Amino acid sequence: MTPAAAPSASSQPDVLPEGILLRVDGLKTHFGTGNRTAKAVDGVTFSLPRGRTVAVVGESGSGKSVTSLSIMGLIAPPGRIAGGRILHRDREGRVRDLARLTNADFRHIRGPEIAMIFQEPMTSLNPLMTVGEQIGEMIALHERISRGDLRRRVVELLKKVEIPAAESRADDYPHQMSGGMRQRAMIAMALACTPQLLIADEPTTALDVTIQAQILELMRRLQADMGMSMLFITHNLGVVAEIAHEVVVMYAGRVVEQAPAETLFGRPSHPYTRALLASTPDPDRDIAADGSRRPLAAIPGFVPSITNLPPGCAFAPRCPLAAQACRESPPELTTVAPGHVARCIRMEAA
Amino acid sequence: MAATSTSMDAERGILAGLLRRPPAVAGLVVLVVIVALAIFASQVMPYPPGQLSIRSRLQGPSLLHLFGTDEFGRDVLSRTIHAGRISLAVGGTVVVVSALIGVTLGLFAGYFRRLDPPLSRLIDAMMAFPDILLAIALVAALGPSAVNVVLALGIVYAPRVARVVRASTLVIRELAYVEAARALGVPTPVILVRHVLRNLASPVMVQGSFIFANAILAEAGLSFLGVGVSPDIPTWGTMIAMGRQFMDQAGWIMWFPGVAIILSVMSLQLLGDALRDLLDPRLSRTT
Repeated sequence: MTPAAAPSASSQPDVLPEGILLRVDGLKTHFGTGNRTAKAVDGVTFSLPRGRTVAVVGESGSGKSVTSLSIMGLIAPPGRIAGGRILHRDREGRVRDLARLTNADFRHIRGPEIAMIFQEPMTSLNPLMTVGEQIGEMIALHERISRGDLRRRVVELLKKVEIPAAESRADDYPHQMSGGMRQRAMIAMALACTPQLLIADEPTTALDVTIQAQILELMRRLQADMGMSMLFITHNLGVVAEIAHEVVVMYAGRVVEQAPAETLFGRPSHPYTRALLASTPDPDRDIAADGSRRPLAAIPGFVPSITNLPPGCAFAPRCPLAAQACRESPPELTTVAPGHVARCIRMEAA
Repeated sequence: MAATSTSMDAERGILAGLLRRPPAVAGLVVLVVIVALAIFASQVMPYPPGQLSIRSRLQGPSLLHLFGTDEFGRDVLSRTIHAGRISLAVGGTVVVVSALIGVTLGLFAGYFRRLDPPLSRLIDAMMAFPDILLAIALVAALGPSAVNVVLALGIVYAPRVARVVRASTLVIRELAYVEAARALGVPTPVILVRHVLRNLASPVMVQGSFIFANAILAEAGLSFLGVGVSPDIPTWGTMIAMGRQFMDQAGWIMWFPGVAIILSVMSLQLLGDALRDLLDPRLSRTT
């Protein structure tokens, strides 16, 4: 069924509207084959405008990380991109489909065009190399540079990510740094290639709340200063509110809602988005003036297994608004307002 | 996190860790003495190793000749020291050769999924042969010479290195920092050398010490069987081979090189055991 979708997608010309850096178009990333196929990403579509931050939100297993790995070309067998396109505009303005790129071509994409940082700042750095060496390695990969200049650039980068005493910290090994510092060092490594797009896969999940705020603030400032685009993968709506211009909500491998951040928080359309917002702790809402507490709303049930999705809307089994039509066929993405789409046929029912 | 920092500390404190283990200290002392004797052979040998003296042939140990003399009246002590040079050199180069072959094979098998099945089968097939038999076959094919003995033993022991390297590479390949490096566009050869190879140092070191011990033994075995280095080059193996004919009248000709083999092999094994305990993160303790 899925191979049929691929030729039709590829027959369309690779064009991107001006101002759009990356467009994921009907992306399908599947693991395994036959009736045990796990459709981790099943027809994801969204656009990433230049110089903006798009957050992809979803529970564990919603396919948000797989989406980012697909963009980076880091899907390893048994996983594969089964359909769709990932259109990307590089520095020279050339538009290419990353879903069809060879590994050799990806070398020019990863780093100078798109860089990615991960969740685990504890293990994302090589324990046997100093932080300075690792950042320097990134710079030296892309240009010829003398030792002295390299050192200066490394220290400059460490200062840019606000590591105190950058000069001496460059000679630290990762284990001598705290989690927040290591994440800063990781960001410095990613910035060393001056990417057009930075993909951050839950970069603050493993950090303390106070450190989280610092890192988010840093990333937001760097994004604005350098004019790069950012794709921010997270399950934390608080983080989204902090950093994102646009929000993509994913559920069971599909986009269920996309909207500008203010709209999504102000007027969420999809029942899943509403449920997510209701289950996020909010002291103002949850604790009354007399000190009585309102229990946090939980979404009943579980995320369906991606090897065995319901025939209709994937959220229907947990949805308070679900009607018979919801269980029969999957709803299409419909436009709620300009720039705001949702995948629900019962939006008005709320 | 704990694992990475303890392994760092372990590497820094290898010597300190060894010194806390009595068997390792014994091994280290004996090995240092043997290596020092080999290095300063020309200074410590009481006689030139090839000096013939028909009048004093087959003499038992005495103050004049501490280890006695052989059938040509050559001083066994001097020859044992001199032979140690060659035996150790053979052992050492075997370690280097097997590490080169083994690390390459293991790295490719471990890192590239497609190469793993054929390379692993090759490694398994080679390990299925008894060491000495495979070595004899290789030497027979290559022709007997010191270089070919080293080459043959290097090939024989390479699968052992390849196996541990493959296993470690499989683990390292999945580590977050390797994926992070890939996501930042680091080319595969650079990842292999800078991120994977560096982390293989400890398992290769441990295997190396065992291979060193085995290679000394195997070289002696090959020489004894007459397929090793040429009999006129004194190694511990050739000395035993030559001394065998005089076993019942002048046993010391073969005892002393035999003792040298036992001591060096045992010290290397003790050292290797201790190194393995120290460098294996699963066994590492916070001493």
